[in-house]
Amino acid sequence: MAAEDALPAPRRPDPPGTIDEGVGSGPPARTRVVLAEVSRRPHWPAGTHTELTQQTRVGEALVRGLVRAQLALALQLSAVVLVGLGGLPWLFAIAPSVGRMTVLGVNLPWLLLGVLSFPFLVAVGWTYVRLAERNEQDFTDLVQRPER
Amino acid sequence: MGNDLVVPAIVAVTLVTVAIGFYGLRLARTTSDFLVASRVVSPTWNAAAIGGEYLSAASFLGVAGLILKYGVDVLWYPVGFAAGYLALLLFVAAPLRRSGAFTLPDFCELRLGSRRLRTLATVFVIFIGWLYLVPQLQGAGLTLATLAGSPYPVGALVVAAVVTANVALGGMRAVTFVQAFQYWLKLTALAVPAIFLALQWQSDGRPAVTPPDGATFRTATTVVVEQQAVLTLADGQTLEVRPGDELSFAEGEPVPEVSGVANGATDWLLPSDAGSDDRGLFGTYSLILATFLGTMGLPHVLVRFYTNPDGAAARRTTLVVLALVGVFYLLPTIYGVLGRIYTPQLLITGQTDAVVVLLPEAALGAGTTGRLLAALVAAGAFAAFLSTSSGLLTSVAGVISTDVLGRGSVRGFRLATVIAGVVPTVLALNVSGLDVSQVVGLAFAVAASSFCPLLVLGIWWRGLTDAGAAAGILVGGGAAVTSVLITVLGPAMTGWPATLIAQPAAWTVPLAFTVMIAVSLATRRRAPADIGRTMLRLHAPDALRS
Repeated sequence: MAAEDALPAPRRPDPPGTIDEGVGSGPPARTRVVLAEVSRRPHWPAGTHTELTQQTRVGEALVRGLVRAQLALALQLSAVVLVGLGGLPWLFAIAPSVGRMTVLGVNLPWLLLGVLSFPFLVAVGWTYVRLAERNEQDFTDLVQRPER
Repeated sequence: MGNDLVVPAIVAVTLVTVAIGFYGLRLARTTSDFLVASRVVSPTWNAAAIGGEYLSAASFLGVAGLILKYGVDVLWYPVGFAAGYLALLLFVAAPLRRSGAFTLPDFCELRLGSRRLRTLATVFVIFIGWLYLVPQLQGAGLTLATLAGSPYPVGALVVAAVVTANVALGGMRAVTFVQAFQYWLKLTALAVPAIFLALQWQSDGRPAVTPPDGATFRTATTVVVEQQAVLTLADGQTLEVRPGDELSFAEGEPVPEVSGVANGATDWLLPSDAGSDDRGLFGTYSLILATFLGTMGLPHVLVRFYTNPDGAAARRTTLVVLALVGVFYLLPTIYGVLGRIYTPQLLITGQTDAVVVLLPEAALGAGTTGRLLAALVAAGAFAAFLSTSSGLLTSVAGVISTDVLGRGSVRGFRLATVIAGVVPTVLALNVSGLDVSQVVGLAFAVAASSFCPLLVLGIWWRGLTDAGAAAGILVGGGAAVTSVLITVLGPAMTGWPATLIAQPAAWTVPLAFTVMIAVSLATRRRAPADIGRTMLRLHAPDALRS
């Protein structure tokens, strides 16, 4: 197996679209593989495509809008976690009686942290994935709108 | 304490791991096979693999040990370890995958085009990797010593040797299947005994975890002290014990209070109050910050993201990881709590990290069931050491061979693996006294103060420059590294300095962000000219990529 390509060594970053499969004979040189771009063909209208890749003002504005939307979404959901979970130590500290409450014989802090925090995190994550994909869909629709 | 089933169970896990690694090696012969094969792996399998690599000795042993020792305040460790994946999902997962970067140094070069920054990132990857490897080896030494009665160094050396050999000889091709298998093994190894333990607790008449008169020994117990401590006996008398001292307690005798441990019901059961314990509150928030933001900067976590086919899949995989890891973290709490009832002697010996492996036999007796469950737990623990260590060692050896030795050859990689494996082994043999989870917590603090700002600002802010990134990593990460070194090697401290050094993230993370932003603004002219193209690449939906 002692081929050069056995290394999971850090790759040099490839420009998008590079496909350099190491299918060869003998000891092959270091192989570079880009997964996502394999078997993808450009299928967006030439006009908008050019605007995006050529860094025109319109293209730049489009990308800025998307980045801003995604960042706003991420920040909003982190704020939810910050309040929902991050507020707990503070709440327990200023209102010790909350920490002494018991539900089903278990102290509230144990229940909140040891059990309920995990479904809460998953729910926030699930919401993020849905909304982030919707943002991207909106962006795609905008870009692929037929040119007039 | 001898359990004749433990060693066979551990050997079996090790052999299966090595065997699957080599079998996978025969199937996947080239780098392209390895990487492209992962495209047919569903997000669920990929997520199980990430979870398998992530759940380390700290999760498997350390969390329960800390809960036994400190109570409710340390529940933030499992919450934070899981929440780290949410932060990764929100800020990093999809853009990082789209960037095509395989490691953190790759990301530096790709986003900022600076070789020097790449070198700096390499240094931090190696430091974090080593810091994270030490507790894995420690955990292995502790587990074997506790269950099979071998001297502490044996377990650490065995795991170090197996992992180093496996990685160096080619098993490092972290086949998704091995890691996924490790996740399910670890989950089973904690879940099945937990069910038996809960039933046993029921049939024992549900003894109180924090009885009003203090805990008592359920059986006659002889304790060999391993860490210096001051005990306060039931009659108020204090007793200073040293390593090697032997103490005997009769059945029903109250458990003495131990210095440095949450003893009473209020201490252990209730969160720290404001006013009386501001330092406790600071420590809690510092821990939350370190674990929430540190996960994204761990070298072995990022490498795995590359096996996702595209950005959207990276997101879905992260969500599944969050769920899988969350399910796992429900379990250590059960062990920590029941440990208060069945293994109070661990508070006196100081070996609280052993609670997970000792509890099955302590609660269920040394009959067949107890011994089988103990063997299962030991097997799970070894799966944890092997999978996390392999992932870390592969990452560290990878950056050493390309960025330090500068050779891309297999021989260079093998040399790098040995170097990468020897250093943490030597460290692990010399620092057996530290809590496994605390060392891991420090690794998170360093990652959160160096790579987290780099990734978050690099992905979302066009204004980041190479000088700013380097300054932020040096100042923030450097402060965290200094704190770690003082904690591990320096003198014992008290009061606020001790808190600031033991849980540094609350001040080093904001420091790193501030410096990175300030220096970037001051060196605005150095911002990469092709930033627009990079942002497009990081954020454009996968459907639009061409």
